[in-house]
Amino acid sequence: MLLSVETVSKTYPGGRPVLDQVSLVLERGETLALTGESGSGKSTLLNLVGALDHFDSGEITVAGTPLSALNERGRAALRRESLALVFQQFNLIPSLNVEQNLAFHARLSDQSDTTWLSHLTDRLGLAPFLSRSPEQLSGGQQQRVAIGRALATRPALLLADEPTGNLDETASAAVLDLMLELVAETGCGLLLVTHSAAIAARLDRRAHLSGGHLA
Amino acid sequence: MRRAAIACLWSHWARHPLQLVTLLAGLALATGLWSAVQAINAEARTSYAEASAQLGVGQFDELRAASGPIPLARYVALRRAGWQLAALLEGQLRLPGGSVDVMGVDLLSYPALPAVEETSQEDGIAPTDALLAPGLLIAGPETAERLESQPGLPPVRRTQNLPSGVVLTDIGTAEMLLNRRAEITRLLILPDQSAGLTPLADLAPDLMLVRAEGRSELARLTDSFHLNLTAFGLLSFAVGLFIVHGMVGLSFEQRRGMIRTLRALGLPLRDLTWLMLGELLLFALIGGLIGLVLGYGVAAALLPDVAATLRGLYGAPVDGDLALQPAWVALGLMMAVAGTFAASAQALWHLSRVPILQAQGQYAWTAQGLPARAQAGFGALLICAGFLALVVFDGLIAGFAMLGGLLMGAALLLPPILSLALRLGERFARGPLEEWIWADMRAQLPGLSLALMALLLALAANIGVGTMVSSFRLTFTGWLDQRLASELYVTARDEAQGHEIERWLNSRADAVLPIRATEVQVAGETVFLYGIIDHPTYRNNWPLIAELPEVWDVLAEGRGALINEQMARRMDLWPGDRVELLPGWSLPVAGVYSDYGNPTGQAITALPALLERVPDLPNTRFGIRIDPPEAEDLRTALADRFALPPQAVVPQAAIKASSLAIFEKTFVVTGALNILTLGVAGFAILTSLLTLWAHRLPQLAPVWALGVQRDTLARLEVLRSVALAVMTAVLALPLGLVLAWALLAIINVEAFGWRLPMHLFPLQWLVLLLLAVATAILAALLPARRLRHLPPSDLLQVFANAR
Repeated sequence: MLLSVETVSKTYPGGRPVLDQVSLVLERGETLALTGESGSGKSTLLNLVGALDHFDSGEITVAGTPLSALNERGRAALRRESLALVFQQFNLIPSLNVEQNLAFHARLSDQSDTTWLSHLTDRLGLAPFLSRSPEQLSGGQQQRVAIGRALATRPALLLADEPTGNLDETASAAVLDLMLELVAETGCGLLLVTHSAAIAARLDRRAHLSGGHLA
Repeated sequence: MRRAAIACLWSHWARHPLQLVTLLAGLALATGLWSAVQAINAEARTSYAEASAQLGVGQFDELRAASGPIPLARYVALRRAGWQLAALLEGQLRLPGGSVDVMGVDLLSYPALPAVEETSQEDGIAPTDALLAPGLLIAGPETAERLESQPGLPPVRRTQNLPSGVVLTDIGTAEMLLNRRAEITRLLILPDQSAGLTPLADLAPDLMLVRAEGRSELARLTDSFHLNLTAFGLLSFAVGLFIVHGMVGLSFEQRRGMIRTLRALGLPLRDLTWLMLGELLLFALIGGLIGLVLGYGVAAALLPDVAATLRGLYGAPVDGDLALQPAWVALGLMMAVAGTFAASAQALWHLSRVPILQAQGQYAWTAQGLPARAQAGFGALLICAGFLALVVFDGLIAGFAMLGGLLMGAALLLPPILSLALRLGERFARGPLEEWIWADMRAQLPGLSLALMALLLALAANIGVGTMVSSFRLTFTGWLDQRLASELYVTARDEAQGHEIERWLNSRADAVLPIRATEVQVAGETVFLYGIIDHPTYRNNWPLIAELPEVWDVLAEGRGALINEQMARRMDLWPGDRVELLPGWSLPVAGVYSDYGNPTGQAITALPALLERVPDLPNTRFGIRIDPPEAEDLRTALADRFALPPQAVVPQAAIKASSLAIFEKTFVVTGALNILTLGVAGFAILTSLLTLWAHRLPQLAPVWALGVQRDTLARLEVLRSVALAVMTAVLALPLGLVLAWALLAIINVEAFGWRLPMHLFPLQWLVLLLLAVATAILAALLPARRLRHLPPSDLLQVFANAR
C-alpha cells in the first residue's frame, strides 16, 4: 500500500473540525480524485498527506512511513525523497530559470537523472524555454514546469492541488493529459484535488469530501 | 468622498504598522543626525558671534603694527591729532588648567563696548570702577571661578555676556597682568571722526589699516571644521532617506490594488495624488519632529566634545550648553519635508502615470529604478564628474564635489557590481541549494540595494575617516616627538626673571633654547615670527617637509627663514621663494615644516638677525636640554630657586600628554557620527529585510514544500544577509581608501592647511568587516527567527492564497 489515511482528524484553532475521522487508501500506480465543495477539507487533507501540516489524531502512512513518528527533519526528507507536489498557482522558484526549476527537486534529493529529465523536458514541450525565467512563461507552460519538477524525482506519490484550476479549458486538458500520461509512465500514485467532475472522471477512483467526512 | 479615500489609504498603515514605524524611524534618523550637526554648528557660530559682538571684534576698522606692539606714544600722538581711537591690549594669562585670553580696553575712550555696557546695567558697575585700584576683571562664570582661585589678582565680576576663556578689563590692569607696559596690540578706529583730520596714512605710515569685515577671524578659521561636520550630517541624512525611499516605494506598490480600486470607483487621480502628498507631508512633520528631539539629544551629548575641539584646535570660545533655537527647528522640519518629497518623487511620479488597469506586480516596486546598465553608466559618470570637479574648481568646494560624485557614483554602481559578482558565484555553485541561494540573492538585490548602498556609504565613510584619523594620530605622535625635543619648558614671570633664569641655567643644563617670538603681518595675515639659536636640537629633530640644501646653515647665517606648512600652502610659498617678514626685510624660504594643530602662520629666523630688527623681543620662555634622568631634579631646583608655579616649568611628557588629549577630543565627534551612520545603515538593512518579508514567503514556501527545513531556510536567510554585507564591505574598502586620500590630500589641506601622509591600518578594516557582519547578522536575525518559528499553516497560506 502506498498511502494509508486512518481515521485522521484536524481542527484549526478556534474552528470546527475540518477533517473528522477520515480514512482512505491508495495503491502504487493508482490515481485518486478528491472532490468536494470549497472548505470541505480537500486541500487540508492533501497538506496532511504531503507532510506539510500536522493532524490532530489518526495516522497517515506514506510508502510505509507513519507521519506521526517523523520530526521536522524526517518530514522534510519525506517530502524531498518520496513525495512531489503540484500547486494550482504553480509555485515555481522565481529566481531560477526553467531548466534550474525542473532539476531543482531532483537535485535536492540526490535523484538527478539527466536522461529522465531530458525525456521529461521533451515530453512537456519545454525545451525551447529552458533559459527563460518562470514569469516569462504562460500559465500552462508554468504548470508544465511544475509537473516536470515534481516528476523529475520519480516520486512514489504525486499530490496535485487543483493543478489546472488556473488554466483555460484547452490548456487545462493538455496539462491533465500530459500529467496522467507521465504518472502512468513513472508508475507513481496520484492524489488529485479538483472541483471538476470531468477531471475526476478520468482518474481510477474518486472520493468525495463533505463537511469533513468522506462520502 | 475624500474622507472615505483617506480612511481607505490609512487602513494600509493600520495593517502594516511596522512599515509605518520604519518610515517614521527613517525620517527621524535622517532629520535627527542632520539636525544634531546643525544644532552644534549653530551653537558654535552663535558663540563666535556673541564673542565678537560683546568684544566689538570685526565691527570697526583698526590699526595694527607690522610687527610687535604699537607704542603708547604713537597712540597718544594720534589722539592729539584728533583721531578718535580705542586702544586694546590683548594677551594670554596662564592659569592652572590652561590660559585665558585677556582683553584690556581703554574704558574711558570707548565705554560703549557692548560687554561692558551690559555688565554695567546688570550689575550696577560704572565703567570707571574698573579704573580704580586694584582694578576689576570681568569674566564669564566658568572663567571667573578660575580667576577667583588665583591669589594676587584684582577682584572678579561675573557676567553672562562674555564667552568662556575671555577676561575683559581696563587696559591699565591688562598691562599689569600681562606685564606689557605701555604696549597696545591694536587701535580701533571709532565711528564719527571729525572732518579735516590728517590722514592716518600720513600720521602713521608704519601702521597697517585693517578693514572691518563684520565677522571675526574665528568664524573664518572654523568654517572648514563646520563644513566637515555638515558633510557628515548630509551623509547621515542621505542614508536615512534611503530608508524613506524604500518604505514609500513599498507602500505605494502594496497599495497599487487599492489605488486601482479607488480610481475605478471614481476618485480622480489628481485628488488621489494630493491625498498621498498630504499623507507624506504629515509623516514628514511627525518624523521630522521626532528627529528634532533625537537630534537635540545627540547634539547635547556631543557639544561638550565639539566645544573642547574648537577650543583646542582654534582657541574658539564655545559654550558646552545647547540652546533651542527656532531657526534650527524650522530648518530641521524643512529638511524632513524636502527630504521626504525628494525620496518619494519617483513613487509619486509613477502613481501619477500608472494605467488604471495595471496589475499589482510582485517585484514592480523594486524594479522602478533605472535599468542596471543605465544605473552603472550614471554612477560612472558621477565619479568622473567628481574627479573633473578637482580640475575645474579649487579649494573645499572641489574636494567636497569630488567626494560627493565619488560616493554617489559608487553607491549607484554597487547593485550592478553585486549582481555581476552573484552571477559569477552562481556559475561556481555546486549543489541545487547553493545555486538557488546565489540566484535568490540576485533576485533580492533590487529590494535590498538601497540598504546596501547605505551600508556601502557608511562603511566607506568609516574606513575613510578612520584611516584619516589614524594616519593623523601616527603622524602627530611622531611629529610631537620631533617638535618637543627639549626635556623641560619654562616660562619666566617677566623679562628680568627670564634673564636670571637663563644665566642660572647656563651652568646647569646642556643647552638653553630661548623661545622668542613677535607677531608680524605677512600679506595681510597675522604670523608669529620666532627667532632661534643654532643648535643640534633643531638640526636633528625639526620636522621639515621641504627644504633647500644646507637649510640649517642658511638659517643660522640669517640668509633664509623656515615657514610652517599652513603659511606655505595659504601663501603658496615654497623653498626658494622670498617672503617679506617685516617691512623692508625679506628672506628666501629655506624650508617648510609641519605644524599640526596650529591655525596661524608661523616663521622662524635666526635669533640674532631678528633681534637686530626687533630688539625688544620678549625673552621669557625657554626649552631646556638636559639628560632626561636629571630633568625632574632640575625642574624642582628651578621652581624652588625662582619660586615658579608648577605650570611655569613643564616637563616634555606633560605637554605631549595634553597635546594628545586635545587630539583625541578633536575626533570624538567624527567617531560618534561614524558609528551613528553605521547604525542607521544597519537599521536600513533590517527594515529592508522586514518589508521584503511579505514578498519573501512565496519564494521560500515552495522550497520548504520541496523538502528544505525551516531551520535551514532561516540559516540561509542570515547567510544571505551576511554574504551581501561582506561583498559590500569588500567593495567599500577601495572606496574608503580613496575617501581617505581625498580627506588627507585635499580636504585637510584646505580645511587646516596641512597635508598628511596616508598610512594603512588593515586591522581596522578587519574590525569594520566584523562590524558589518555583525550588523548584517543582527538585521537578519529577526526575519530569520520569524521564519524559523513560522507555523506551517502560514507557509501553506502561500499556496492557499493562490486560489
